[in-house]
Amino acid sequence: MSSAAKRALLDPVVDNNPVTLHVLGICSALAVTTSLLPSLYMCLALTVVAALANAAVSTIRHVLPSSIRIIVQMTIIASLVIVVDESLQAFAFETSRELSVFVGLIITNCIVLGRTESFASKNPVGLSFLDGIGNGLGYSVILILVASTRELLGAGTLLGYTILPNVADGGWYSPNGMMLLPPSAFFIIGLIIWAVRSWKVEQVEKPGFRIHEVHRTEAL
Amino acid sequence: MGNYVELFIKAVFVENLALSFFLGMCTFLAVSKRIQTALGLGAAVVVVQLITVPANTFLYHYVLEEGALAWAGLPDIDLSFLGLVTYIGVIAAMVQILEMVLDRYFPPLFHALGIYLPLITVNCAILGGTLFSVQRDYTMSESVVYGIGSGFGWALALVGLAGIREKLKYSDVPEGLQGLGITFIIVGLMSLGFMAFAGIQL
Amino acid sequence: MSDPVKDMGAKTETIARTLLVAFLVSLVCSSLVASAAVLLKPRQVANALLDMRRNILAVAGLLDPEGDVNELYESIESHVVDFETGAYVEDIDPGTFDPLEAAKDPERSVAVPAGIDVARVGRRAKQALVYLVRQDGEVSRIILPVSGYGLWSTMYGFLALEADGNTVADITFYAHGETPGLGDFIVKPAWRALWRDKRLFDESGDLKIEVIKGRVLAHDPLADYHVDGVSGATLTGNGVTKMMQYWLGDHGYGPYLRNLQRGESP
Repeated sequence: MSSAAKRALLDPVVDNNPVTLHVLGICSALAVTTSLLPSLYMCLALTVVAALANAAVSTIRHVLPSSIRIIVQMTIIASLVIVVDESLQAFAFETSRELSVFVGLIITNCIVLGRTESFASKNPVGLSFLDGIGNGLGYSVILILVASTRELLGAGTLLGYTILPNVADGGWYSPNGMMLLPPSAFFIIGLIIWAVRSWKVEQVEKPGFRIHEVHRTEAL
Repeated sequence: MGNYVELFIKAVFVENLALSFFLGMCTFLAVSKRIQTALGLGAAVVVVQLITVPANTFLYHYVLEEGALAWAGLPDIDLSFLGLVTYIGVIAAMVQILEMVLDRYFPPLFHALGIYLPLITVNCAILGGTLFSVQRDYTMSESVVYGIGSGFGWALALVGLAGIREKLKYSDVPEGLQGLGITFIIVGLMSLGFMAFAGIQL
Repeated sequence: MSDPVKDMGAKTETIARTLLVAFLVSLVCSSLVASAAVLLKPRQVANALLDMRRNILAVAGLLDPEGDVNELYESIESHVVDFETGAYVEDIDPGTFDPLEAAKDPERSVAVPAGIDVARVGRRAKQALVYLVRQDGEVSRIILPVSGYGLWSTMYGFLALEADGNTVADITFYAHGETPGLGDFIVKPAWRALWRDKRLFDESGDLKIEVIKGRVLAHDPLADYHVDGVSGATLTGNGVTKMMQYWLGDHGYGPYLRNLQRGESP
């Protein structure tokens, strides 16, 4: 694999993660993270759409008039999402019902449109395809982390298999119901961002306002 | 009537698009640094929701739904698979038209809201509102109420977050949490607050 | 990577070209979408039907993970029942009758009067589709489709009764939008098991079944009619109670159940 291809694929996973660094594309996804299985399907759906949309837009990038650029990209993305949605309904019926409207919302996922617009319209097909997969993976990493935490702490299971036996069934773990409610997803993402930025210090944002620059040790 | 009030209250507080369904997060986080801008975007979202949710619900019931084309003599046609592409087309077109109308007839309003309108086409809260309205089989009048309610709820959450972030500038946040991280934690706390409404009996 | 179309870039802005590109993109996308929809439709319909049948078999107590759902389903008898008289209707084919479809048709449905519409059903078909399980020729279970509004949206399910039309055998929900982890207790096997042998009506024929708040205590005089609720999901439990109140009441399956309890074949 060439270094450009490798970068297109791996860069978005940690160093340039669309979710933690650019706050893109978490919208449609968090609502399904109460358990791991639907989240995995969601990741798969988004990665497929992102990769194919990137490849398609990249293929027609030289013949695409810029006046109708966005609407053409939207049309391509929407069509791909419909195909993915219909396939899920046909081949993964029960999960598709849990995902309900959230597969459709991939259309407005900023990662997909963001990548077709900023990457695929300037780069060759193969590289764009890899970039789509890379960004899909970057999104998947976050989604899977959030979903596993929520399912494990909220229900004591992973993919439906018991990991922490519940008190109700004679085990020792008392499930934390809050993990299954929407606020926990925000907390977990906040903590993931904190962790990533403590590790990759260059991603830390400059404070918008500071009364007086004081070194922490000095204040003590 | 009571039915509509209940639907409105539920759309604003209990089923808040931003805080309980995580919709429109990208813009929600990006445009919540100042109350002034948040108010502008919020107003634009309410207006667009008010137009697109009923418009898409109408299209679904009279064109796309199975058997919906009975009025045109085609009772066996089921176009519901075209839903997604239709809705996003309608949203994009409506936003564009709204932009032109405002520019032509209400220049002051255009200056206030204009810059936010392009952001709205890709706002999942707008498409989400439509999808929920269709999925829950709302009638036309219900979809109008749901459109206003869900838009207003989203705007309320946005303005609330902007207010908190304006104050937050003055606090000493740990380095790694600075900016995005702390915002997520705050949104989580707001969401927790809004959950308290889930128990309301109407 | 070589790019043969590169030098065409300059000419992309003419109107004819724009229209051509827009047209071609639409053509490709629409054929893609339409073919996916047409090709996958039969599978989706089969999936939905299979899921419905699996749920009916589950409450019928006949579901066997090894067996073929469609084959097992053969043994289930379906009948169309008139709500008002509670009698079987012979001139409607139960194989093609779809109560949810009929509920949308003003000719074949009635509006539920606001005063008794506690489950927020809105409209229901004039007839119901019920399922019977026979054992050695005798009816052993009666399966009634029920629906009602929970916390977020309408819950759809099946209630299975013993042959006396008063003892609960099982309950299942095949579509609901309750809060994951809280309100979705309604699909958990442990909660379904609590319904077993509960009674619907007391001696004087009043409907007493109820999902209460918290656990049913041993000395509860109505323990036979009460089912545990889950704290934090009270509204979902109330939704189930209201669903029972409507569907088992006079506007629901009441007349049909009374016919059964009298031992008459409806």
